[in-house]
Amino acid sequence: MLPNLGYGTLVITLIVSIYAIVSAVIGERKNLYKYVESARLALLLTFPLLTLAVISIVILLVNQNYEVQYVYNVTSSTMPTYLKVTALWGGQAGSLVFWAWLMAAFGSAVTLRKWDRDHDLLPWVIIVSSVTLAFFLIMIVVFENPFIRFWTLPSGGELVAMFAPAGSQLIHPFDGRGLNPLLRHPGMIIHPPMLYLGFVSFVIPYAFGMAALITGRTDDRWIRLTRRWTLVAWMFLSIGLILGSRWSYDVLGWGGYWAWDPVENAAFMPWLSGTAFLHSVMIQEKRGLFKRWNMILVIITYSLVIFGTFLTRSGVLSSVHAFAQSAIGPMFFIFIGLSFIISLAFLIKRWDDLRSEGVMTSLLSRESLFLINNLLFIGILVVVFWGTVYPLISELFTGQKVTVGPPFYNSTTGPLFVGLLLLMGIAPLSAWGHSTWKTLGKALWIPAIGSLILIVVLFVSGVRSIGALIGFTVASLAAFVTIYEFWRGMKARHKRNGENYLVALWKLTARNRRRYGGYIIHLSVVFMAIGIIGIEFFQTETQGRIAPGESLSLAGYTVTYKNLAEFDVADGRNVARAVLSVSKNGKDLGELYPRRDFYYDSQQPMTIPGVRSTVEDDLYVILVNWEQISSLGATFKVFHNPLINWLWYGGILLVIGSFIAAWPDPEKEIELAPSRIMRKETGNLVSKP
Amino acid sequence: MQDSTLTSPAKGSQKKFVFGGILIIAAIILLIITNTRAGAQYFLTVDEIKERQEEIIGKDIRVSGAVLGDSIVYDTENLILKFEVAHVPGDNDEIDAQGGLAMVLHQAVNNPDANRILVVYEGVMPDLLQNEAQAIMTGKIGEDGIFYASELLLKCPTKYEEAIPEQSANS
Repeated sequence: MLPNLGYGTLVITLIVSIYAIVSAVIGERKNLYKYVESARLALLLTFPLLTLAVISIVILLVNQNYEVQYVYNVTSSTMPTYLKVTALWGGQAGSLVFWAWLMAAFGSAVTLRKWDRDHDLLPWVIIVSSVTLAFFLIMIVVFENPFIRFWTLPSGGELVAMFAPAGSQLIHPFDGRGLNPLLRHPGMIIHPPMLYLGFVSFVIPYAFGMAALITGRTDDRWIRLTRRWTLVAWMFLSIGLILGSRWSYDVLGWGGYWAWDPVENAAFMPWLSGTAFLHSVMIQEKRGLFKRWNMILVIITYSLVIFGTFLTRSGVLSSVHAFAQSAIGPMFFIFIGLSFIISLAFLIKRWDDLRSEGVMTSLLSRESLFLINNLLFIGILVVVFWGTVYPLISELFTGQKVTVGPPFYNSTTGPLFVGLLLLMGIAPLSAWGHSTWKTLGKALWIPAIGSLILIVVLFVSGVRSIGALIGFTVASLAAFVTIYEFWRGMKARHKRNGENYLVALWKLTARNRRRYGGYIIHLSVVFMAIGIIGIEFFQTETQGRIAPGESLSLAGYTVTYKNLAEFDVADGRNVARAVLSVSKNGKDLGELYPRRDFYYDSQQPMTIPGVRSTVEDDLYVILVNWEQISSLGATFKVFHNPLINWLWYGGILLVIGSFIAAWPDPEKEIELAPSRIMRKETGNLVSKP
Repeated sequence: MQDSTLTSPAKGSQKKFVFGGILIIAAIILLIITNTRAGAQYFLTVDEIKERQEEIIGKDIRVSGAVLGDSIVYDTENLILKFEVAHVPGDNDEIDAQGGLAMVLHQAVNNPDANRILVVYEGVMPDLLQNEAQAIMTGKIGEDGIFYASELLLKCPTKYEEAIPEQSANS
């Protein structure tokens, strides 16, 4: 029986992961290599085992084994096969198994690397990975078993259980409940795995950080070893967030892309601390500063990753991302608390070993600007955390549940985001060690003039919103500085090596992937900022009931209602689809088809907007209502969302930048940055831009 | 000048970083405090709104309630949506004790003695607005006792996970 096999596999995996912990601890304590090796093999074994469990779930899902509660809850016979497969992470139990499976995969991948120089770290990396894995497996095996089935008792009663109660019969429902139609969107189907990939891969840098703390190897080795992991984790988390935005933009029906919903915040918080971490590790590598801070950041990020999984799974805070409440909430809370306290205890123990190797001297130096960058990221994190838990805090202290809505987040994080964009424009030009306004100004004045011209043009063309003008100023400065950096590098290569500009650009980027990959990510952030400024400050809307032949006008566009048809589709939907023609300034631009799908299995309607996307803007039309006799007209709501597509372009560019920055570089495994080697030899600080 | 500061970093030179850091942190805290005050929304239940109607008129409120399907009226000409919600407990433990959200919503809708308020919302009717859905609304109570919602979120717990299938009796 497949459910029994699946469940058995989960239990065995749990035992194996506990064995890995015990064996690694013994091996570490008694300095017995064979125990560590055995633990390593045990961790490697968890991956094929969990793969078996995952395959069992997928087979049950695809074969429509509705006697299994999980399958019944997340699939229905009208769903296409790919949706049945992805229903693996469509519900609570399945997504926990999926999480554990990724954890096993990453844990295994890490233990497969060459450990020659870092053998002392290995047992602790195994222990941290296995503890995390074992925790999730306990949650699954004890509280959220995806394999429990429906049974009828001889007495006629019904219940859900893993194993057949005496004399009972399996219940085979005719059909499942199906995935919520709102979630049947390509973005939503790959959004959870992307987030989970990001979440889980952040466990690895944490494991190395802990290993370094516990063993006392408090040099930068752990940071160097996990640089790529961190970057890849960060990229997946970013993709997950952007896909979630895109989903809500397409599905939720008003063009909203971010609602500061607790579950969104839960995924955003580890991203914020992770981004701070990505930046501040560079200071440790280059200058030997911020060692304690980096440990704190990686511990916070790990806690937030687990907290994020907890928030999305427990129903502690109300959210549009409704999931059933469950018993696992308190367990998560205990696990987060314990791991956080233990991590801090190790950090305090090594506090003195993590002293900085130097001091910062100049307020405008690169490291100082990175420090401000970190403060701002953590500031935003604190704001988001405060807003998310504020209902709980206020209830605890005043007995009155008080929440803060999106306006709180927008007005509090807004200035901090502006500060970050501004730093993005200045920091790349400042030098390590020492910078003055004079040296900065020399590099900054050309891009600054560029932004100034842009703002004057915007002002003259009628943009009067202060927020938008400030936003465009800092965003364009960051963009111009980044482009200017590329240009300077290109020109230097062109002059020195006689390469043509394209070759120079290619080689420049290829030789300094981390730096220029990072710049491309900066550009992608500027793109996203442009999209966000566009929709936040310039969105307009109109609505109305119009008869066929009549039109609505908005932002130069005219949409004319042609007709509407209602029909059934084979996959269990009734579709009402309107046809509208779009024109701008008298020029015909084709048709839009906003529609309303009604899902018979879940008895739920779903509104799908008709969208015309260009670089400039989106015309976003919703079919609100219609009369049975279509000549009587239909009601439409029309949104004009300027620049919104830059948000999605930015997402794509971010992935490209991340790949460039993370691409492995086998011939260049530098132990210490040249500037730090020189400093160590001479005892002097040598700044190297 | 440059060399001297670099080779012998004076203690005093660190002060400016501490000062700058404190300045930024203070600014962030100030932002949080002022915006929390300005953006606070009281999370009330329907019962609490009925009780404290006088004192909360015009304040930003967030309320959750069970949607009464029969009361939904949608003026599609002007996109004005009106519906009633019935009281549900605000506390998660209380909801759990009464058999979970789906059960609580079901009982609230079918209990004629439960407190109800009329909600008015301007905009597109959300897909999930239906009988026994949980509506989470942000807005203000008017002097007429009507809740004017500016934001409307919906949750349908039955759409997600539930214990025993309804079809089971037939099989």
